[in-house]
Amino acid sequence: MVKEKKENIIDSNLQRKHKLRTKGVKVWYDDFMAIKGIDMNIKANKVTAFIGPSGCGKSTFLRLFNRMNDYVDGFRLEGEVTIDGENIYKKKVNVEQLRKQVGMVFQKPNPFPKSIFENVAYGLKIQGLKDKKFLQEKVERSLKRVALWDEVKDDLNKSALALSGGQQQRLCIARALAVEPSIILMDEPTSALDPLSTSKIEELIYELKKDYTIVIVTHNMQQASRVSDYTAFFYLGELIEYDKTKKLFTNPEKKQTENYITGRFG
Amino acid sequence: MTSLDQQKETLNQAGLEMLHLCSKQLDNAREAFFTHDSDLAEEVVHTENRVNALDLKIDRDCERFIALHNPVASDLRFVLALRKINFDLERVGDHAYGISKYIIELNTPIDEELLIKMRVHEMFDSALSMLEDITGAYDEVDTKKARKVFKKDKILNEINMDSFRIISEEVKKQPELINQFLITFSIIKKLERIGDLVTNIAEEIIFYREAEVLKHRKKKKINRSKE
Repeated sequence: MVKEKKENIIDSNLQRKHKLRTKGVKVWYDDFMAIKGIDMNIKANKVTAFIGPSGCGKSTFLRLFNRMNDYVDGFRLEGEVTIDGENIYKKKVNVEQLRKQVGMVFQKPNPFPKSIFENVAYGLKIQGLKDKKFLQEKVERSLKRVALWDEVKDDLNKSALALSGGQQQRLCIARALAVEPSIILMDEPTSALDPLSTSKIEELIYELKKDYTIVIVTHNMQQASRVSDYTAFFYLGELIEYDKTKKLFTNPEKKQTENYITGRFG
Repeated sequence: MTSLDQQKETLNQAGLEMLHLCSKQLDNAREAFFTHDSDLAEEVVHTENRVNALDLKIDRDCERFIALHNPVASDLRFVLALRKINFDLERVGDHAYGISKYIIELNTPIDEELLIKMRVHEMFDSALSMLEDITGAYDEVDTKKARKVFKKDKILNEINMDSFRIISEEVKKQPELINQFLITFSIIKKLERIGDLVTNIAEEIIFYREAEVLKHRKKKKINRSKE
């Protein structure tokens, strides 16, 4: 029997208006229906914020785009999730290649217990890239991209765990950028950071959207309104409202959205 | 009630207080003008301090509300609208003060016949009626009531437009009364401005409630679009 070859199906050179799309997406964790049928188009090179109360399904929905939910017991999906027009849940999809295209940053900075250099070069090394000069260039470029280079250039061999929380989070973003994704998913990336580090990450998000499509889950309403171009409000597994951020935060269509963003929910 | 709701209600009540205060100022100025009561006019002049103090308080409280509560959507529209309403009301208060100053300076009452010819009574009544409507509209957040003032403002505009012609004719007939004519003309101008300020307030109430910006739009279209 011939084993089916897994392919990298995403061609990010294609310029499409909508980078990410979902059609009739439903998600179950065993019997619990976490996502109840969502159609959504996410624009390329824009920042899209997902907001909603805890348990509304926003993180589950975010993790669909790099198939992070695959590891969760009892996870089941119905509907289509496409990136650049290709269904990423087709059997022949190479999930490692998919995750190279779709970087992720988590709530708590999670650097590896290795040096700063090794952290950023990690993704490239596991792809088999060994050329020292190439790796050095990539690491420098990624660290410069997240405005961390000047702070760490003389200590690249120092443990990443010695960095501050804000620096660690920027390092994690640099690590994600090193493998050249076209999409970055951020799951509450600043909830563990102080205001100054938060502001640096937000500036970075603003800078990065020129080259990346960014989706961010946040519980901070001001953050959503500051950094995003589009905002989606989720509640009980449904997409209640999805609009331009400037519209949603000044004149939302739905009463539920208004109650949530003004802090009167429930 | 959340802390934000409490603050919003406090601000709302301050706005209502400003509306009542400025309406009362104009009402007293009217009474003082027609009865030539300089004591009442003095009272209006003194009360202007209260108007200014309340104006400053509302401004400061709005600033704090924005800084401390980061309002969005209808809460943000509320506080933005209230700031402008407060500004407009302070100007209404200034005009009531200005009218009262004239009354104090006048040695003899203005000829009743001239006042009738210039429709000054009608103008005062319309301006006060507009203020009454807008107070109700603000208190009940009733945009239908707010829209009523656009029609009433037309009466003020019409009287104002006619006043120039009437004054020009009258001053030729009785040049010795030039001082009275000029004061009457100034008062008409002030009342016409009050009408404009009240329509601005109506626009702000509509902006708060319906998120619709009516500024610089033809009022005819505004009324028609809601019919």
